[in-house]
Amino acid sequence: MSLDPTGMASAAGAVDDTGDRAAAPDGKAIEGRSPWLLGWQRLRRDRVAMISLGILVLIVLMAVLAPLATTITGHPPNEQYRQTGLSPDGLPLGPSSSFWMGTDDLGRDILVRVAYGARVSLLVGVVSTGIAVAIGVVVGLAAGFFGGFVDTVLARFIDVALTVPFLLVAIALVSITGPSLTITILVIGFFSWASVARIVRGQVLSLREREFVEAARSLGASDPRIMFVDILPNVLAPVIVYTTLLIPVVIVVEATLAYLGLGLPPPTADWGGMISDGQKYYTTAWWFIIFPGAALLLTTLAFNLFGDGVRDAFDPRADQLLQ
Amino acid sequence: MLRFLIRRTALGAVVLWLISMLVFALFFVAPGDVARTIAGRQATPETVALIQHRLGLDLPIWEQYLGFVGRALRGDLGYDYYHQVPVTTVIATAAPITLSLVVGAAIMWLALGVFNGVMSAIRPRSFVDRALTVFALFFYSMPSFLLGLLLLYFLYFQLTLAGIAVFPPGGFEPLSSGVGPWAQHLILPWLTLALVSAAIYTRLTRGSMLDVLGEDYIRTARSKGISERRVIVRHGLRSALTPVVTQFGIDVGALLGGAVITETVFSLPGIGKASIDALTQQNQPVIIATVLLASTAVVIANIIVDVMYAVLDPRVRLH
Amino acid sequence: MSTSDGPGTTPGAVVVPALVSTGDDPLLRLEHVSKSFPVQSSKLFSRGHEFVHAVDDVSLEVLPGETLGLVGETGCGKSTLARCIARLYDLTSGSITFDGKDISHLSRRGMRPLRSEIQMIFQDPYGSLNPRRRVGSIIGDPFAIHGIDSRAERKKKVQDLMERVGLNPEHYNRFPADFSGGQRQRIGTARALALRPRMVICDEPVSALDVSVQAQIINMLKDLQDDFGLTYIFISHDLSVVRHVSDRIAVMYLGHIVEVAPTAELFEHTRHPYTRALLSALPVADPDAADNRERILLVGEIPSPTNPPSGCRFHTRCPKARADCVRTDPALERVFDDGVEHQTACLHPLAIDEDMSLSRPQIEDSEIDVASIPDQEPTTGGSQ
Repeated sequence: MSLDPTGMASAAGAVDDTGDRAAAPDGKAIEGRSPWLLGWQRLRRDRVAMISLGILVLIVLMAVLAPLATTITGHPPNEQYRQTGLSPDGLPLGPSSSFWMGTDDLGRDILVRVAYGARVSLLVGVVSTGIAVAIGVVVGLAAGFFGGFVDTVLARFIDVALTVPFLLVAIALVSITGPSLTITILVIGFFSWASVARIVRGQVLSLREREFVEAARSLGASDPRIMFVDILPNVLAPVIVYTTLLIPVVIVVEATLAYLGLGLPPPTADWGGMISDGQKYYTTAWWFIIFPGAALLLTTLAFNLFGDGVRDAFDPRADQLLQ
Repeated sequence: MLRFLIRRTALGAVVLWLISMLVFALFFVAPGDVARTIAGRQATPETVALIQHRLGLDLPIWEQYLGFVGRALRGDLGYDYYHQVPVTTVIATAAPITLSLVVGAAIMWLALGVFNGVMSAIRPRSFVDRALTVFALFFYSMPSFLLGLLLLYFLYFQLTLAGIAVFPPGGFEPLSSGVGPWAQHLILPWLTLALVSAAIYTRLTRGSMLDVLGEDYIRTARSKGISERRVIVRHGLRSALTPVVTQFGIDVGALLGGAVITETVFSLPGIGKASIDALTQQNQPVIIATVLLASTAVVIANIIVDVMYAVLDPRVRLH
Repeated sequence: MSTSDGPGTTPGAVVVPALVSTGDDPLLRLEHVSKSFPVQSSKLFSRGHEFVHAVDDVSLEVLPGETLGLVGETGCGKSTLARCIARLYDLTSGSITFDGKDISHLSRRGMRPLRSEIQMIFQDPYGSLNPRRRVGSIIGDPFAIHGIDSRAERKKKVQDLMERVGLNPEHYNRFPADFSGGQRQRIGTARALALRPRMVICDEPVSALDVSVQAQIINMLKDLQDDFGLTYIFISHDLSVVRHVSDRIAVMYLGHIVEVAPTAELFEHTRHPYTRALLSALPVADPDAADNRERILLVGEIPSPTNPPSGCRFHTRCPKARADCVRTDPALERVFDDGVEHQTACLHPLAIDEDMSLSRPQIEDSEIDVASIPDQEPTTGGSQ
């Protein structure tokens, strides 16, 4: 696969290197194939990545269409069915024809709650990651591009943010303010931006030395213009790869917070929360943990597989960066 | 080298200082009245005020902060009113548990991760490689609390039901009770921590090894007729392991501040569990101490890692 | 034979740093330009900074419409000089005058209007173009930056430029990766010419290209010079290339200009030993002539620009080095009976047809005992 057909001709000693005056190899070669287009084509050919994407689409559908689950089963997510949903001893019932995934300790339909739980995980996953990336890119760009004092200060910030024991402080924050969706999203977002910033900063520092940046300066380009027109497009590829791989991490973090009792306030359905509630019953009601657990695992797995595919397609050398 | 070390330590100290201020500030935004909680519900306002005064809570924030820093530097981390012991005792009791957990798991995951990674890298795209990649991906995506619960379910519950009661459901046995019981109580927690991390390290080692094995000097070594095993271990592994070792240092540092989740799932009274309990109890001195301890562990680990990196790679020293 | 110990000591010689020729005012004038970079010492416990004296006291003139070649080995400072002229760097000292205006201390904002007058073509065809931008956008950058023209007009101009440099204008939307090295240099050239500059600094524009392609690019540059009325500063380490394009050539060594002359003069009446050494390394087509030419082998390595040798910087490698070369840094001036356009910085310049391969340096490595060295030339106050 050659991106540079005329280059090869030139190296082979062809005299005229304006050879593209002749007919192009195929009529479509006139329109440049952008790196993004090429990456997307590579991604499309990756079967595993495409399957994961399909799974993700299904999960998104499940989240969006969660009310449908209520309509089908007739059970709203927070409705407690103490008569039909619990055993005479008050223990959860296993999967049956009326409760396809069984019930939880309050007699609620686990299937429906799993569907609604997807909303929380996906929402937090996407929005928190978005916040983290937005902040991280801005900070990283500024630190890498301006260097000097600005960089020293910002780099310290990044260091502090990376050193802070995230879980502990997150828990502390949430325990102070009380659990809520907004707090969760913000807290996770504010703790994740630092790793994005570090990567972006590193990239920008090396890009800054490239000759095309010098060329832009020699043309009289202003700093903001160089940052956004010349440097940013080159930083975007690793950022996008990292973003795709950050989402599952965020989802796990949210589930962990929920597991520790600091997620969303009950009775909201949340996979981590469900697992936490189910912990007491793991010997008697395996479905209480297994179904939400499987949903969680499947979601993170799909994101990770897709993210790997994105990385291979758009930025094959990124292995070292993503840890 | 000395200058490098001093500079890094100074930076670390700055970071710690900032974190201590941050944590301290958090508590003064917090609702909740420590004095009242200690005094109990029946206490009179006078008692509460007295306790407040004793705790120094009626002083302005910055005075409290300075007082805290002063005492901390002398080794006094405050007093845990809930358990009626100095905070240092709380930490001293919890530390060996966390230590046992983390060190054991660390050895496991490093060995497993590196081995798998190397196996994968030397036969890329083979069945072994694909299988190991799937394994890595699976555990990498697994939240650790879920893994812990699954392990409990299958290896403790089901096995015990089947009559093979090898694993206990949790709790800790100190080494003094014998290595057997000690290890027995730690195996499941070790596995929980180690499997997820091993997955990460497998991916990391694999990537690093692949990069290194593609280098020219490896090709040269092979062409000299050196046995493949020697090429891999002697020449390849040395450079490939550098990023792995640095990551290892950072991870262990972070965990030494408390493996919160694993300790909670398996009821191990380590530092992590202590911090969670303290948070629920609003046990301020303990919270501050554990957060600072965790941060210190990370900072020290980072410094050690940086120094090692400078030792291994002379270019780093000439900053 | 030069007997001066330093500038101004030879009676009658006016030390004019500029190479004044008849008629036109120079488009560019450099006077005593120096540029040094602080360097972190590699010693762990060092206190101060050391400096790389990349460009040291360079004075030059460039006349409108001419091509000034700038030659030297890697590390001699030519690229740094180029960037000083383009004001990508601030000067450590000295002044640069362009078209009568002193541009030495202009801020970036102050330089902006001049960006359309002074442009640069870079060495690395792969690094000088942003891989994530389309070629049309790259070439049109100057227009966009200076806020000229609408999108449609820009496109027209860009395609026009592409045609001028020998590219297919329909490739407007392609990415640099789709082009060969030679084509990329054409793109870079088109970008440099967009604003119709007066002067273009070509920093080793063909060094990274295959030899077969070099010729085409050079020819393109020459044609464009005629079409656009450009003044070139052409930098290269390859004398044979420079010979082909330049009206005058300046030779640099370790931050200094050691010889300047019109091209033919430089090749036929070489004065500076370093220049002679460079010339002797040029390939010669005729095998017999090649065998018979003088072989100059320079001894030693290029000294570090952080710590240049005392006196004449070339003395450590010069076959003609004498005692006074260690003490005195020669000024750039006329020697023998050369015309005013031919200036040399040497205390013992070569006579015409002098065979330098027979020379041997006549100094000790360490301290020189001046009195003990037999001198053929009368010294002027150099000894105790």
